[in-house]
Amino acid sequence: MTNSIDDVTQESDLIMLVGSNPEEAHPVIGMQIRAAVERGCKLIVVDPRDIGLTAYADIRIKLKPGTNVAYANGIMHVLIKEGLIDKDYIADRTQGIDELAKIVEDCTPARTAAICDIDERDLIAAAKLYAAAPRAAIVYCLGVTEHSTGTDGVMSLSNIAMATGNLGKRGGGVNPLRGQNNVQGACDMGAGPDDFPGYQKVANPKVLAKFEQAWGTKLSAVKGIKATECFPAMTEGKIKALFMFGEDPVRTDPDTHHVIEALKSLEFFAVVDLFMTETAKYADVILPGRSFAEKEGTFSNTERRVQRVRKAVDIEGDTLPDSEIFIEIMNRMGYKQPALTPAEVMGEIASLTPSYGGVSHARLDSEELDGRGLQWPCPDANHPGTPVLHMNGFTKGKGEFAVPVYQPSAELPDAEYPLVLSTGRVLSQYNAQAMTGRVSGLNEIEGSSFIEINSKDAANLGIEDGECVSVSSRRGSIKSVARVSEKTKPGQTWMPFHFQDGNSNWLTIAALDSIAKAPEFKVCAIKVEKLV
Amino acid sequence: MSNIKLTIDGKTLEVVKGTTILAAAQMADIKIPTLCFLKDRSAIGSCRVCVVEVEGMEYPLPACKTVARDGMVVTTSSERLTTYRRIALDLIVSNLSEEAWKVDEASSAADTNNNQLQTLCQEYGIETASFKTAAPPKPKYDSNPFLSFDPNLCIRCQRCVGACNSAARNHTLRTGKKGTRTTISAPFGKNWKSTECESCGNCAQACPTGAIKAKVKLNYQPGEVQTTRTTCPFCGVGCQIDLKTKDGKLVDVEGANGPANKGLLCVKGRYGSYNFVDSNDRIRTPLIKNKQTGEFEVASWDEALTLVTSRLSDIKKQHGGDSIAAFACSRSTNEDVYLFQKMARTVFETNNVDNCARV
Ligand code: SF4
Ligand code: SF4
Repeated sequence: MTNSIDDVTQESDLIMLVGSNPEEAHPVIGMQIRAAVERGCKLIVVDPRDIGLTAYADIRIKLKPGTNVAYANGIMHVLIKEGLIDKDYIADRTQGIDELAKIVEDCTPARTAAICDIDERDLIAAAKLYAAAPRAAIVYCLGVTEHSTGTDGVMSLSNIAMATGNLGKRGGGVNPLRGQNNVQGACDMGAGPDDFPGYQKVANPKVLAKFEQAWGTKLSAVKGIKATECFPAMTEGKIKALFMFGEDPVRTDPDTHHVIEALKSLEFFAVVDLFMTETAKYADVILPGRSFAEKEGTFSNTERRVQRVRKAVDIEGDTLPDSEIFIEIMNRMGYKQPALTPAEVMGEIASLTPSYGGVSHARLDSEELDGRGLQWPCPDANHPGTPVLHMNGFTKGKGEFAVPVYQPSAELPDAEYPLVLSTGRVLSQYNAQAMTGRVSGLNEIEGSSFIEINSKDAANLGIEDGECVSVSSRRGSIKSVARVSEKTKPGQTWMPFHFQDGNSNWLTIAALDSIAKAPEFKVCAIKVEKLV
Repeated sequence: MSNIKLTIDGKTLEVVKGTTILAAAQMADIKIPTLCFLKDRSAIGSCRVCVVEVEGMEYPLPACKTVARDGMVVTTSSERLTTYRRIALDLIVSNLSEEAWKVDEASSAADTNNNQLQTLCQEYGIETASFKTAAPPKPKYDSNPFLSFDPNLCIRCQRCVGACNSAARNHTLRTGKKGTRTTISAPFGKNWKSTECESCGNCAQACPTGAIKAKVKLNYQPGEVQTTRTTCPFCGVGCQIDLKTKDGKLVDVEGANGPANKGLLCVKGRYGSYNFVDSNDRIRTPLIKNKQTGEFEVASWDEALTLVTSRLSDIKKQHGGDSIAAFACSRSTNEDVYLFQKMARTVFETNNVDNCARV
């Protein structure tokens, strides 16, 4: 997030929520957004499906799945045409507005409305309401990124914030809600092929030299590939070994058949995990790690806040802390890695990662911080952390407008597979259920697969609420239970992906966003049939 | 904003205009007992336990509701106040099941929200209810898997209503009316599934008597647990939680006042964040797959690590580091992920490192 949770929920005059259902996926933020609306903050909900917060919205945009870029460009068109952009801010702090203006010239409300299947008056009203708010925040989630055009979706939203001067301002910003507890931190720590910790680029020879010197060894400069690209590379035999720490791609990645095929073609597959997951079953070796309650360390939340994780218990058995496993492997493979404590590891991170330069366990535990954590960038030990990014300008000088162009989703419905499927989460379950599936009360709240389908489509198919159905795509077929409602529009369906008794990822498509390589979970073509 | 000065128990304080006597006293570390008051959640001023004497006023005033004025002189303890507070408590417990306020040894050792009434009764020496009237016991609401409501323990302080309305902002827990009396209608009865309740348990955490109770609390006494402050392991909100351990086992979780959550938790964080830790199906030893049978067999760490490092070294030698990929866990700690990518880059000699950020 460019801004903080507090900042968005307490300072904003308007929140535009795009492809995000925080009440289910980030519940405690959902509660605070409800509080924001109750104190008078305006709310625009942009989502293909009615979510809980839709009831609180001033404007609801129930757009066709996969048309976020068209929507955002349509808003941009209106902002420019109606003179609602912040000219001073644009002149001072940005560049590229002219190219963007050219691109969105054609994105008239009428065209946008046709692509997104919305009312053009709602689009215009949303643009005006957003522009009229002194402080307007955009909040988005996987509904934007999980498309083959996801990166464009994000950039087109940033354009809106930048053109109205809402970037680098309290109560404004472009705020992705990160899924897993430490997905922000994992990215910060260099768990990405192109980045060392702190997004320092592997491709930059100076950076490479810095890490070679710090770690005292020669490092590969060969460009790495992303996880989702690795699966095809395994099947092709280019990737021969996989070392996996956590994760359960057999359940959470799209197109399950193809993931399994990839794992089977590996020469060697090692897994560090707490449980025998669907993925671990394909491993040659499983190393038992430790859960968050059995270790010291830190997580970085969605607002870049580094907070402590503290050990509460030991469990019986012959497990090792994950960090010790990695240290042991490094030493056995010929690299002299001293056995550091988690606090010492944070010291090394801080010494090599400018944005974490002032972070230490001692500081996080100090009375002075009083459990408030530190939001990066926090460059030195006296720095209080940074609740809002870009307050004093952009890191790269001027903010660059991107020029995203709408492209239809990779797989569109046709005669054989006439319905569109999107996938998502429910409140009481978490991802592959490795943790929540072990709590019977949570399963009692929501414990098995279902598919939401519009009442018109259901009537045409002769399907009633609560009936068992078969759901198929070009990639597979599963059984599920129909929930008939008006939550989705005709032609559109929605499924949660948590449940193995009808896991939607047998159906989803492995088409990847061309830049971030995020799979297209939100759109694929299916057919639904009544089971007799 | 302008400041005012007041004196509490002989201490002179300067506070912002509009501050209540209670808030002023708390800033100066002067303890005034409270019951129905819950910061940022509820201040209905009904229990009269926080009464204080203000010079020039005939009767004691509730500290949670009374705004401090310039030159005020406040006394927070006196014999008269003790009598007032005793009567207030005695009235409160008059129709209450004894479970809500009678002290038992184990629970009195710890100061938690749910036994606040017990603690106060102990402090003020309430041993019998003087104003008891015969009332038939009321039925419990007990169908929600995590939460129950026992009206026989309820003092109608409305802290739960404050928690649901002003904090969770769910508005499913409401007050009702029965004749002239205010009642609490908690959504945990038979139709719990069809209510808007999100089972977040914030109401239970606010309850001073245990009338609304998280069922896990039945498994232990507050005095026998240790607390560890940590971060919720589920979503990116990063709520601060207090893990409760009894005899080295996790038994419960409570919401802590973190910057992102301000004491709130959701149903996952509250009821799903610890049960899995020691569940029976945790893998507790290294496992190596037997190639013949396809079954996993228990191995020593040395065997398992030797296999990992020798196979990876072979593959690296034959096909180069680029034939190895390493996926990190976006649920693990920063320190673990840092070492993981360092391992991949230094000894696997690959940049094929990623995490599940995209899924
Ligand atoms: S559990 Fe949460 S939503 Fe349900 S009544 Fe209590 S505070 Fe309200
Ligand atoms: S308690 Fe709920 S909202 Fe908070 S971090 Fe955990 S899962 Fe997320």
